[in-house]
Amino acid sequence: MNNLQNGYNDPLDAFEPKEASQLSRREFIKLSGMGAGLALAFVSVPFSKSATAATEGREFNLFVQIDPDGVIRIYSPNPEVGQGIKTALPMVVAEELDANWDDVVIENSPVSDEYGRQRAGGSRSVPTRWEELRAAGAGVRAMLIEAAAGQWGVPSSEVTTNQSMLIHAASDRRTSYGEVANLASELNPPMVDSLTFKAPDEYRILGTRITGTDNMALVTGKPIFGIDLQLPNMLYATYTKCPKIGGRVLKANLDEIKALPGIVTAFVVEGTVGVTRFDPAGVSVAPGVAIVAESTWQNFKARESLKIEWDTGEASKDTWGDYVEAAVDLRGKEGSTVLADQGNASQVINDATTKVSSQYGFGFVSHAQLEPQSCVAHWQENMMEVWSTSQTQSSVRDSVSALLDMPKGNVIAHQLRGGGGFGRRLDNDYIREAVLIAQRVDAPVKLQWSREDDMAFDFFRIGGFYNMQASVDENGKLNAWNSHAISLSADGEKPNSGAGLRPMDFPGELLEHFKHTQTLLPSKTPTGPWRAPSSNSYAFVEQSFMHELSVAAKRDHLEFLVESMGEPRWFREGDEFSLNTERAVSVIKTVAERAGWGAEQPEGRALGLSFYFCHAGYVAEVADVSVDKDKKITVNKVWLVADVGQIVNLSSAENQCQGGVIDGISTVMGLEITMTDGRVDQTNFDQYPLLRISSRPEIDVHFLNSGYSPTGLGEPAFPPLAAAVCNAIYTATGDRIRELPIRKSGYTI
Amino acid sequence: MINLSINGSTQSLGDIDPETPLLWALRDTLGLVGTKYGCGIAQCGACTVHLNGVPVRACQLQVGSLEGQDITTIEGVANEDGTLHVLQEAWIEHDVPQCGYCQAGQIMSAAALLAANTKPNDDDIDAAMAGNICRCGTYTRIVEAIHTAAGKLDQGGTA
Repeated sequence: MNNLQNGYNDPLDAFEPKEASQLSRREFIKLSGMGAGLALAFVSVPFSKSATAATEGREFNLFVQIDPDGVIRIYSPNPEVGQGIKTALPMVVAEELDANWDDVVIENSPVSDEYGRQRAGGSRSVPTRWEELRAAGAGVRAMLIEAAAGQWGVPSSEVTTNQSMLIHAASDRRTSYGEVANLASELNPPMVDSLTFKAPDEYRILGTRITGTDNMALVTGKPIFGIDLQLPNMLYATYTKCPKIGGRVLKANLDEIKALPGIVTAFVVEGTVGVTRFDPAGVSVAPGVAIVAESTWQNFKARESLKIEWDTGEASKDTWGDYVEAAVDLRGKEGSTVLADQGNASQVINDATTKVSSQYGFGFVSHAQLEPQSCVAHWQENMMEVWSTSQTQSSVRDSVSALLDMPKGNVIAHQLRGGGGFGRRLDNDYIREAVLIAQRVDAPVKLQWSREDDMAFDFFRIGGFYNMQASVDENGKLNAWNSHAISLSADGEKPNSGAGLRPMDFPGELLEHFKHTQTLLPSKTPTGPWRAPSSNSYAFVEQSFMHELSVAAKRDHLEFLVESMGEPRWFREGDEFSLNTERAVSVIKTVAERAGWGAEQPEGRALGLSFYFCHAGYVAEVADVSVDKDKKITVNKVWLVADVGQIVNLSSAENQCQGGVIDGISTVMGLEITMTDGRVDQTNFDQYPLLRISSRPEIDVHFLNSGYSPTGLGEPAFPPLAAAVCNAIYTATGDRIRELPIRKSGYTI
Repeated sequence: MINLSINGSTQSLGDIDPETPLLWALRDTLGLVGTKYGCGIAQCGACTVHLNGVPVRACQLQVGSLEGQDITTIEGVANEDGTLHVLQEAWIEHDVPQCGYCQAGQIMSAAALLAANTKPNDDDIDAAMAGNICRCGTYTRIVEAIHTAAGKLDQGGTA
């Protein structure tokens, strides 16, 4: 029996089908002509040069337009929140187009059903777009070749390309993409079956370092983020919800607020539910009071005088300390719900000479993306237009039209750069608040959340606990595993978003004796996906526990971990989400080699190893950690080796890994959200100590080129870090960290 | 009527509430949105600007107290001839940003550092940049970019 699949139930999963979600390539080419509707959509995209360009340039498909002067405009379809996708996706197009990168100008694409999955989640943007974008580039290249060949009266097969130039070598003729663009764009798009793609060793763009397309705008302070948008006559809104999550408004001193300087109006929004649940395309809006003002500051100031009486009858009463106590009571026990049971794990562990039983715990954390949520919404003539930083742009129109009970065609959405995402912008709660406010205001309105709003009303990374039991045989080899997830649940049936254990190959499919059980504790605090959902916390548990087992078995951790992978095999051949132990062992061995695993370390200093497979990516990390007598931790260096297939942008890929390590240290050391009687205790960064620059380690990032097609890197670099650091602390001090954040055990960084 | 000297020119803020933080006057009133709102309590450094050359948090300064003082924002940190500041160049060269939201504040803190110390070591950089959070974790590249910019200054670049 193996019901782990049922144990994992996250709404985001519904949006992330295991099969690539794009249309088949043949369908894509047929459908990819740009219609007039799309051209119109460009006109209202702010900050875009497309309004004029769209009329001058030649549109080849949804992604490529070539202007007569040779400028190649590539429309980047997915939301940019810091993962580098706005630059990465056009690189794939440009490669197969054989474009000179200097000719490329990147624009945000409109939000339209024609673009399919316009999301930034699950590290899926690169893998789900890969084939589609290669075809988009190669298709345009074929049309340009055909046009040039026709002009020269030579067979297409004799025309080659080289960085935006078309060449007929035999007659020594050359022309540029821009010069034949008009002619080429009139041709019928080729069938995908007929396209030629480059071999990886022919790549000139993919795998190189390309600086982010928005970097110039970023370093000069240009308006580029959602929060930067200003429209003529725009008003500024705030929205105040009950600090005890889920409370409803009874009454508020609206008249007093309306009389304050700069205040345009103030009103109660009934909302649709008390406690919201993660659901990007849903309609839930928490009750609250809207204030609309002529400026942000006048609004913030008026808000200080806002007095609201709340009905907290149905509100959350969660207190984090209660869960900690409940978990202590459950120590050493199995859960009542059995999710997987193969062989006879309980008995084998019970009878074993060498076994370990431990409980691990980790708190809630906030996404804390640096740009607080904001959204501009404009209601006019039964049309709702929104400008947002949503990570699920393709759900924004669904969500808004359902909420307002009007056709999807009456909702126009625009995507703007988000100042960090980490999963927070997957839900569109703040967009729904903005549109309900905008419906009652005769002007475009920007809803601005304060940092305090952002920290109190997150869909948090869920906290939880694991009872771990396992044994090793007489040869010191792992032979049985019994884990018990103690999770939080709103409905008593399944864990809340972000807690479900994904169906794991490791160690379930590697062991004869494996059991996994679950206990659900009631909780109303909203949770949702946070960078590498479930993996971000479970990797700490699993990989710390593997180290515990190696110590109990008196084995070298590296040897023990590699041995646990068994023979090289891919459990479900062709399924990228299924563990390939050969790729796993490769990253583990390579990181150990680069880190000098096994070398003698001075007192109080040690290396810690960890590996995790998630989001189709294989990442192993070694942390070099010093701990002094005052329990001050220094992470001297982290080595990271990843196999994520073909690298798209080497600079950005390294940046994601460096960021994953630093986010990892930040989170594992100091970050925790707690709640008391339904209210979140932390309010701002003074109580939520994100890592500062002086605590950064040296970071060595290395990619293995295994020849597999690419997967995303926004997430898989994060999970291994926590155990790497904690395992190093154990080796350096003998102190096993089983509770996060580490600072709760008296350590500082 | 409040007038401020911003990026070398006088800007009128009209009849603004003198208690308005410089951050919101820059963003909402003047449309200088490169200065970012992150926390509002001087913890994150996203709103860092220069006040008479000293890096300060714009969320903590009331406009009523700033008349007659020189304010520089990210929009005014480039060289007078319009070329980029060596730090802006280095930020692009090292592809520092991930989300990029903190980077204007990071550059402003780094610019004040280089104005005072053209050859900072890692400890100098840590001290000068301690007030700027990067949630994405680009610290490694920030340090590399500052060293690169300092190197360019050494070879006659301008800051």
